Amino acid sequence: MPSLPDMTTPNVEALAADARAPRPDPAETVPELKPALFEGLCRLGDSTLVLGHRLSEWCGKGPALEEDIALANIALDLIGHTQMWLGLAAEVEEAGRSADDLAYLRDAMRFRNLLLVELPNGDMARTLMRQFLFDAWHHEMLERLTGSDSARVAEIAVKALKEVRYHLERSSDLVIRLGDGTAESHRRMAGALDMLWPYTGEMFAGDGTDAALAEAGIAPDPASLHEAWHGIVTEVLEEATLGVPEGRADVQKGGRQGRHTEHLGYLLAEMQFLQRAYPGAEW
Amino acid sequence: MAREWPLWEIFIRSQNGLNHRHVGSLHAPDAETAIHNARDVYTRRKEGVSIWVVRSADITASRPSEKGPLFDPAEDKVYRHPTFYDIPDDVGHM
Amino acid sequence: MYAQMVKSEASNDDPGMLAAFQARIDRGDKIEPKEWMPEGYRKTLIRQISQHAHSEIVGQLPEGNWITRAPTLQRKAILLAKVQDEAGHGLYLYSAAETLGISRDEMFEQLHSGRAKYSSIFNYPTLTWADMGAVGWLVDGAAIMNQVPLQRTSYGPYSRAMIRICKEESFHQRQGYHIMMKMARGTEAQREMAQDALDRFWYPALMMFGPSDKDSVHSQQSMAWKIKINTNDELRQRFVNETVPQAEFLGLTVPDPELRWNPDKEGYDFSQPDWDEFFEVLKGNGPCNRERLGARVRAWEDGAWFREGLTAYADKAAQRRAGAATAAE
Repeated sequence: MPSLPDMTTPNVEALAADARAPRPDPAETVPELKPALFEGLCRLGDSTLVLGHRLSEWCGKGPALEEDIALANIALDLIGHTQMWLGLAAEVEEAGRSADDLAYLRDAMRFRNLLLVELPNGDMARTLMRQFLFDAWHHEMLERLTGSDSARVAEIAVKALKEVRYHLERSSDLVIRLGDGTAESHRRMAGALDMLWPYTGEMFAGDGTDAALAEAGIAPDPASLHEAWHGIVTEVLEEATLGVPEGRADVQKGGRQGRHTEHLGYLLAEMQFLQRAYPGAEW
Repeated sequence: MAREWPLWEIFIRSQNGLNHRHVGSLHAPDAETAIHNARDVYTRRKEGVSIWVVRSADITASRPSEKGPLFDPAEDKVYRHPTFYDIPDDVGHM
Repeated sequence: MYAQMVKSEASNDDPGMLAAFQARIDRGDKIEPKEWMPEGYRKTLIRQISQHAHSEIVGQLPEGNWITRAPTLQRKAILLAKVQDEAGHGLYLYSAAETLGISRDEMFEQLHSGRAKYSSIFNYPTLTWADMGAVGWLVDGAAIMNQVPLQRTSYGPYSRAMIRICKEESFHQRQGYHIMMKMARGTEAQREMAQDALDRFWYPALMMFGPSDKDSVHSQQSMAWKIKINTNDELRQRFVNETVPQAEFLGLTVPDPELRWNPDKEGYDFSQPDWDEFFEVLKGNGPCNRERLGARVRAWEDGAWFREGLTAYADKAAQRRAGAATAAE
């Protein structure tokens, strides 16, 4: 709902028309930006792809039918986001590749996902804690991307954000409940948090690509997401009786530049098997 | 065997203007989680705008043996149904 | 079908009540929870519905086997959505059985201990991507044959679950056939996988309907109660009649040299599956029985701390609310 001053601004119609006028999309008008934009879109799409893949590994093996179904919903959302991000990346690249080509025919060193999402599922504690730490970042990132100067990026962010709001609501809720549940659930959640914490700093470590995209108004500077993320994470972890770990968060990084853990290679070997074994076949 | 999550009955309003309708049930540890689970289980195809959850054990139902007394009287009151009234076609739609 | 060879239970109820109950069924009344029903009706239904539910959740596993290897993003999403639906359908069916006075945990216990059965088909392995096509096309196709008539079953909650399931499953068989079309018209290697999948799944799919039951007293009782609508042979014949032309359209060969159209019965003559194999699979000696049941038991046991953790939190939260309410007074 518009606040009162807006309503009383005399030239409100002119302002509205101005806001509706299509802004030049830097993604289309600034050719030098394309490599950075392609890279940035792969970073988003690869993280949603790899996490969606990890979650899909749970299908049929969840701790309760209700949870099995819920995890599959999140995986489906993330695969949907992947199709949008990598689809746009492929368009921007203009090299005749499709979203599927990017997902199925790049090797690990070309993947740009966060290390956090490629870590093996472990138990539900690790899966849910990883989900929460990612969701809190993902939510903030998408919020900011809805204001991107690139209309295409903003459009995808708006669609994805609707779903990610729920992801965050759900994972926060479960982290609180399991952190403050039984002694065993607390122990498992605390262990998962300790194990995952060193991977979280990567979400906020910018490089030249990020700087170029931030400069062009396409994506936020990653460091600028930290405060909001830290606020949500602190609130939830406190309520979960877990507390924020004291150790350094920026130890494990490199995924966004293509330097991964050993785990990604196996994930890709499995995921890409058919495309690699039967090149050019249609499915 | 550990205590089972209680059973909840799920009611969904498919669009504003319609009643909530019973769609099924599920298990959840409490009401908030039941709502989350209901969203995931019963609106996978965008079926709802509003969800009610009620613990199955909290529902008081008429006893089936009362089915006669509770519902039979209405059958006598045919005057409650529009078809009871014979209105000539010439009157037009009513 | 997902509930094979369900034995009906005898009823020791009052003959007058039984006759009145049968009269209700005969005039098409639906029976609702908590209404009087013969003990045999209740027990047979619990057995049949829970078997069907177990089949749905065990049935997640052979297809789940390929979710992480689906060849495109679209196929990955479709397969995941389908397998997720199966979890949902298991949930609907468990709920329907729960209205008859058994808990989901009790039913899980019966499954995990090996006392309860699930459809024999899910003890066969899925070896190539074409199996995702064959399972959708043949296994879901056979299941639909059985489930569509069951929408009219006499027990209200079961009928409603079937209606919802049939509606949601309408895409399952089609996505399977779509995979088969792509494979059968694809490269030589894909065509070979498609034919191999049909070769391996044809007879297990025919077994899904169960052995001939035209002389079975159990089936006669279940049909009188309208918890079974058609005989196994009727459904099997209908399945063959519908499926053979679909295979021909794909250019694939049904692995049955005896298969031929019989104009007199307006249907195909076909070979019976190997019923010895069927009984071995039911006894636990199929290719994947151990893996399938093992996976379910592991999921359940590994999830215990999760379920208990959430229960403990709900208890604490309720106590805190009660405490706050007392303090406010």
